[in-house]
Amino acid sequence: MPSAYSQPVFPYVRHPDQDARSPAHHSVIIVGAGPVGLSLAIDLQLRAIDAVVIDDNNTVSDGSRAICHSKRTLEILDRLGCGDAVADRGVRWNAGKVFFQDDLIYRFELLPEPAHKRPAFVNLQQYHFEQCLIDRLRETGGSVRWKNKLTGVTPHSDRVIIDIATPEGNYRLNGDYLVAADGARSATRGLLGLECKGQEFQDRFLIADVLMKADLPAERWFWFDPPFHRNQSALLHRQADNVWRIDFQLGWDADPDLEKQVQRVGARIRAMLGEHAEFELQWVSVYTFQCRRMEKFRHGRVLFAGDAAHQVSPFGARGGNGGIQDGENLAWKLALVATGQAPDRLLDSYDAERGPAADENILHSARSTDFITPKSAASRTFRDAALLLAKTCPFARGLVNSGRLSSASTLVGSPLNTPDCAAFSGAMVPGAPCADLPVLHDGEPGWLLDFLGGEFVALYFCSDDRDIGAIEAALRSLPVTVRLLRVSLQPASFGGATLFDVEGHARQRYDAKEGTLYLIRPDQHVAARFPMFAVGPLRSALARAIGAAS
Amino acid sequence: MSTLNLENNLAAPDDFYQALIDVHRGLTDEQSALLNAKLILLLANQIGDLEVLKAALAKAREGWR
Repeated sequence: MPSAYSQPVFPYVRHPDQDARSPAHHSVIIVGAGPVGLSLAIDLQLRAIDAVVIDDNNTVSDGSRAICHSKRTLEILDRLGCGDAVADRGVRWNAGKVFFQDDLIYRFELLPEPAHKRPAFVNLQQYHFEQCLIDRLRETGGSVRWKNKLTGVTPHSDRVIIDIATPEGNYRLNGDYLVAADGARSATRGLLGLECKGQEFQDRFLIADVLMKADLPAERWFWFDPPFHRNQSALLHRQADNVWRIDFQLGWDADPDLEKQVQRVGARIRAMLGEHAEFELQWVSVYTFQCRRMEKFRHGRVLFAGDAAHQVSPFGARGGNGGIQDGENLAWKLALVATGQAPDRLLDSYDAERGPAADENILHSARSTDFITPKSAASRTFRDAALLLAKTCPFARGLVNSGRLSSASTLVGSPLNTPDCAAFSGAMVPGAPCADLPVLHDGEPGWLLDFLGGEFVALYFCSDDRDIGAIEAALRSLPVTVRLLRVSLQPASFGGATLFDVEGHARQRYDAKEGTLYLIRPDQHVAARFPMFAVGPLRSALARAIGAAS
Repeated sequence: MSTLNLENNLAAPDDFYQALIDVHRGLTDEQSALLNAKLILLLANQIGDLEVLKAALAKAREGWR
C-alpha cells in the first residue's frame, strides 16, 4: 500500500539500570508511550519528578487512530509546552455537518463563543501527535525506554517492583508508583488479574486514511443512510498532509478480512467521492468497540489511565482526550505526594475525579452508538423521525446524535472542591476547568490560561494594588506554593505584574467583581472561589485541594 | 411542578381524534410508524418537562413488563 508517511524507528538503548546490582529506584514508572503516558511523562519532567517511561514497541502508532484533539487537550499541551507543535501541524476545525439520505440537514458550531486561544478541535494523526510529545519529552530532558516490555508487576505497600524484558535480557525496577498507560489491552491490568467490564457493541466499522487533494472544508461531516452507503453511516474528517479519515459503518455481519481488501475499500470510496476520484489508501482497519471501564482506577500504588482504565466508542473523540485529562489529573498529584507536600490519599481523588469523568464519556458514547446503530425497529424509526425533523425544526437537532464531542470534564462532586460560600453565577463552579480569556500583559496580548501555568494560583480580580503586599505575605505562609495572579477588570494599566481583562469577558466567564478570588489547581481546575480575599478560607480550601483536610 | 394531566384537556376531543386518524390516511404501516414518531418528538418538545414526559412514558408502558 503506498504511503506518504513512514514510521520512525526509535533505537533500543541499554540503560545503566539494567546493569545495577540491585533494582534501581524511581518515583514514578509509566508503562506505555502513547499519548497518555507521554503527556504524563512531560508533566512530571516539568515538575522535576523522577519518572521512567517504558514501552514494548519502538515506534509511534500505526495508522491515524485518535485524530481529534479537543480544545482542552490543546490547553493542556500549551501548559506542557507543545500546544503550538500540535496545533500548527494539525487542522483546526470548529464546525460539523450532518447529512441524512440525500440532504444536508444542518451545520453546527462547536465553539460559538469568540475570544478563546484554541479552537474546538485540531485534527492530527496520532503518529504525528505522539511524535510532537516525544520531541517535547526529549526537550525537557526525558526519554522513553523503547523495547522494554513489562513482564511482571509485584505491588507492595510501600513500592511496586516491576520486571522488564529487553532485547538484551531482563531487569527489575522499584517504583514508588506505577502508572499503567498501556492501552485497551493493558499488560499491567492482565498481570494483576484485574477486570475491565462493560458493553461490546455489535457493529463493525471500516476506517481508512486516504491521501487525496480535495477541495472540502475542514469540518466533521457525518452521513446517516447516504446514497453512497445505504442503511449505514459514514464519517469524514480532514487530517494533516492531505490525509482524510473516512469511516464506514459495516454492520455486525461484515467479514473484516474481506472488507480490508484494497479494491473493496477503493470501490466504497469512489462511490462516496465519485468514479474519477484520485486517492491513495494509507491505512485501513476494521474495528469493533466496547464501552467499558475498570471498577477502580487506583489499586494501591498502581494507577490506571487512558484506555487501560476505560474505553469508549470513537464517536465523540472521548478516548484520547479523556486519557490526556487522566494524565494531567495525575501529574500534579503524583508530584505533590512524591515531594512530601501532600499525603498519599490525594491520589485517591484521582479515582474520585476521573471515575465519574469516564462514566460521563461512556454514557455519551454509548448513547451516540445507540443512535448511530439502532438496536430495534422502534429505535430506528425514532432516529429517522429525528433526522427528518432536524432539517426544518431546530429542536430536533438536539436529538440527533452523531457523537457528542468531547468537552472538558467539570469535576463536580470532587472531594477536593470547596463548596461556594457566596452566590456566584457562571460556569466556573468548583471543579470546572478554567475558561480562557484574552488578556494584556505589559501591553502585549496573551491568554489567561498561559499565565496560570502548572502551580496553585490565587487568581485575583482586582484593579488596585493596595492590599497586594499583605496578600503576598499571607500566601507565603501557606504550606504549598500558591502564586498570585492579578487580573485587572479596568482597562487602564497600573503598576506591577498583572493582566488586564482586555475584552471584558471576566465578568461573564468568571462572574468576576472587584476582589473576587479563585483558588486554581495546578491542572487549571477551580478549587474554590471567594468574593474577597481572606487567608483562613483560602488555607482551608488549599488543604482540601491537596487531600490534607482533616 | 407540573404533573401528567389524566383529565380531559382537549376542547374538542372528537375533532382531534379524527384529525389524528386522518393524518395517517394512505400511508403504509412503516410510514405511519415514522409519522407517529415525528409526532411524538414534536409534542414532547412542546411539553418540554422531562418529569411529565417520563410519567407519560410510564403510563403508556403500563400493562407490559
